[in-house]
Amino acid sequence: MAALSVYRGTFGAAEAERLLWRAGFGPRRGEAKSLAKKGLSGAVHSLTRPGAEQLVGPDPKDERGNPLAPYDAVGHDHMWWLDRMVRSSNQLVERMTLVWHDWFATSAVGAGSQRRVLDQNALLRTHALGSFADMLIDVTKDPAMLVWLSGIKNTRLAPNENYARELMELFTLGAGRGYTESDVREQARALTGWRARRAPGKGPYDFHYEPRLHDSGSKTVFGKPGNYDWQAACRLCLEHKSHPSFFVAKLWSYFIPTAPSRATQAALEALYRDKREVRPVVEAILQHSDLYRGPRMVKPPVVYAAGLLRALGQGVSTANWARLGAMSGQRLFHPPNVAGWDDSRWLDTSTFRGRWYLAGSALAPLNNSESAAGLPRKGDKLLERTISFFGNPPVSKETRGVLTRFADGALAGASPAVVENALRQLLAVSPDHQTC
Amino acid sequence: MRRACPCSDFSRTDMLRQAAAQAGRGLPSIEPGMPLPAGTGLSRRGFVARSLGFALAVYGADRVINPLVFEEGIAQAATSDRVLVSVFLDGGIDSLSTLFPAGDPRYYELRPKLALPGSTGLAFSEDSRLRWHPSAAAFATLHGEGKLTVLPAVGYTSPDKSHFTSRHYWEVGATDAGLGTGWLGRYLDRAGSPDNPLQGLSLDNRLQPALATARVPVASVDGPDRYTFSKKRTPLEDRMIAAVGSLGVAHAKSKDPALRQAGSAASQSQRLRQQLLPFGANGFSSPVQYPASTEREGFPRRLAGLAAMLAAGLPIRCAALKAPGMYDTHADQPEELAVGLKLTADSLLAFQRDLEARGLADRVVVHLWSEFGRRAKENASDGTDHGAAGIGFLLGTRVRGRMVGEYPGLAGGLDEQGNLRATSDFRGVYAAVLEQWLDADAAAIIPNARSFARPALFR
Repeated sequence: MAALSVYRGTFGAAEAERLLWRAGFGPRRGEAKSLAKKGLSGAVHSLTRPGAEQLVGPDPKDERGNPLAPYDAVGHDHMWWLDRMVRSSNQLVERMTLVWHDWFATSAVGAGSQRRVLDQNALLRTHALGSFADMLIDVTKDPAMLVWLSGIKNTRLAPNENYARELMELFTLGAGRGYTESDVREQARALTGWRARRAPGKGPYDFHYEPRLHDSGSKTVFGKPGNYDWQAACRLCLEHKSHPSFFVAKLWSYFIPTAPSRATQAALEALYRDKREVRPVVEAILQHSDLYRGPRMVKPPVVYAAGLLRALGQGVSTANWARLGAMSGQRLFHPPNVAGWDDSRWLDTSTFRGRWYLAGSALAPLNNSESAAGLPRKGDKLLERTISFFGNPPVSKETRGVLTRFADGALAGASPAVVENALRQLLAVSPDHQTC
Repeated sequence: MRRACPCSDFSRTDMLRQAAAQAGRGLPSIEPGMPLPAGTGLSRRGFVARSLGFALAVYGADRVINPLVFEEGIAQAATSDRVLVSVFLDGGIDSLSTLFPAGDPRYYELRPKLALPGSTGLAFSEDSRLRWHPSAAAFATLHGEGKLTVLPAVGYTSPDKSHFTSRHYWEVGATDAGLGTGWLGRYLDRAGSPDNPLQGLSLDNRLQPALATARVPVASVDGPDRYTFSKKRTPLEDRMIAAVGSLGVAHAKSKDPALRQAGSAASQSQRLRQQLLPFGANGFSSPVQYPASTEREGFPRRLAGLAAMLAAGLPIRCAALKAPGMYDTHADQPEELAVGLKLTADSLLAFQRDLEARGLADRVVVHLWSEFGRRAKENASDGTDHGAAGIGFLLGTRVRGRMVGEYPGLAGGLDEQGNLRATSDFRGVYAAVLEQWLDADAAAIIPNARSFARPALFR
């Protein structure tokens, strides 16, 4: 097996900070520093092999102070998961669950119920760092997915190609990578047999496999004839020669914005091909030098939101968070389509405004009152306080320059307390803070 | 419950499909002014940075962009330009569902459950064998007034059945998976200016890829009076937003693409707010009634806002938005289709009336398109699977209002996969729109433009 490039440079607070953003939802105050003490492999292993999950901090509430009703109340699904992202001690497990939510992107609207997508969410969490093969099997028969991609409408008498196509195009092989339109049709036949009962006003329930609806005839998939069923359909994709390269490149892209070198790609494929396990590949990616030496990434909106709350020691306490998620371009359980979110387009004039409001909501409970006394009347001093307020993240000299000038100008017409509030908001939306 | 489109889009997968193929070859650096590296998977990132105004870095290479330059640019931009509005019907829709061949027995054989009876809908005035879907009555009205051109089978040879691939082809104006700029974006790169983000406007919360440029800035906004950053405008807020613009400028030349992208989003946002300030204070009103929509920022309101912005003289050249509805009707097609189609057609009729009332109608043409049509033969889920040729429309007082390309035949006219064959090519339509409406050189915008016949689309 080709060697994988492991990062050998300094692993200090800045590197630990980046790792915590890429593999989680950003550091709580002081967390980057303490993680750095573990060294690179210690830090990575603490993320990839965590202990029992703890939720740190108070339970989430709605704006009336009531506990969440994630299965039923509009927006509470988003709040429920955002809270777990903020509070979970198993940061990478949550981040990987988010990766799989994007990979097998299923919409609560399309699946017809919040309960169904939350059940799917639990399934994805179970497999977060485990076997991709097992996860694919479970996702294929998952009720949310069976509704979303018409699996329960796909029968012997009436094959429906919806799931078969996306299984290959988006989940395992990639568009145009080793399958034909005929394979789509034949895989659809192999996948027949799933069914649900329906009752008026209840929607589909009792999802089950019904052999009499399965097309038991011979199919030809990827050039090989056989009497394939739904598990065989998954297995054929997993064993397809295009699958490991697709899996590795797609997984890599969630963590590192530049393509892996040919040698790295090959080594990761070898690591994956062995057992179709997620953890070893993620461990290799998180220790790869490209993650630490390469360019920054734009934080996905929900990562940005959870990260702000973590850095500020805040919890989830209004239903606004779902709306803010939508405004900033990422409403959980509402991906734009089955291909998931387009992470090359997180930022534009519209989603920037969403992030502006999002930062404002995270900061609002901590705002200085207008009359707060004892604050410095100098821009640079106020900026230092602001940076420390966020737990001393790295801030570029460009951003420092602009914000110091802003503060000095604003202090002419407003109290230091108000200017400090404004500085917090501006630092939160600065390019430094939107990227990691 | 209505479904969001369950199919794929421009996506990470697209990027990765190519990235995997290119892995190890190394990435070409994206330098200011350098053409997009076609076919390199990760070009998506670079191109997006550009479409968001990384263009600024290009233009900022020899001079620092002062946000005020944009205001000058806007003041100086001509406001009498012709406008093209691109409306995307997401998921795939065809003429068998919209303008159905009631006179063709094959239609009833192919769609025994879904076919509409010849007693429903209004007759098509150009050919009485065809009838409008009852939900498309507004289209019948517009067609009757000579303001709607129907392209009953528009597509391309060797059609791709993937939503994302076919949609990408339509967006970039070529059957080229590696092309990273939209066809309207390339038009704006030639005809637009470096200091007017409104020239290419996505009426959406995301950038519409057809508008993706390589050089000039474009913007996206929900509605003209929605682009505010606080409940009430204050001097401190003005100062903060100015600082947002400065943060953007400060990072415009960063070596890091993500910082540049975040910086661009910041400075573009500052400029857009500046442009739309008048609407933020006063909102807007429409001279006509638009249909109601369940969405707060729905399609009718976006169109109403667009008309108001044009009436206010804002320099918009191309606008793009998504039609309401989910046209990927694998199941339960009758309901899925009817709701979205009706809201789309009714809203566009209101938009046309609005433009007419404001005296803008001769300046604006709307183009409706979808990534493909449906399989001619219905499936057994009361739906249809992905097909080939789809239906398209051009709307406005200046369009010819006659059918372009023959109605697709069903008897022996289907391709080997049972799909409608295209009778016009989308690239020929684009070339015609560019030449005949936007007065542009299609050969410089549409690859191999010469090889596509141009229909006469305008009067």
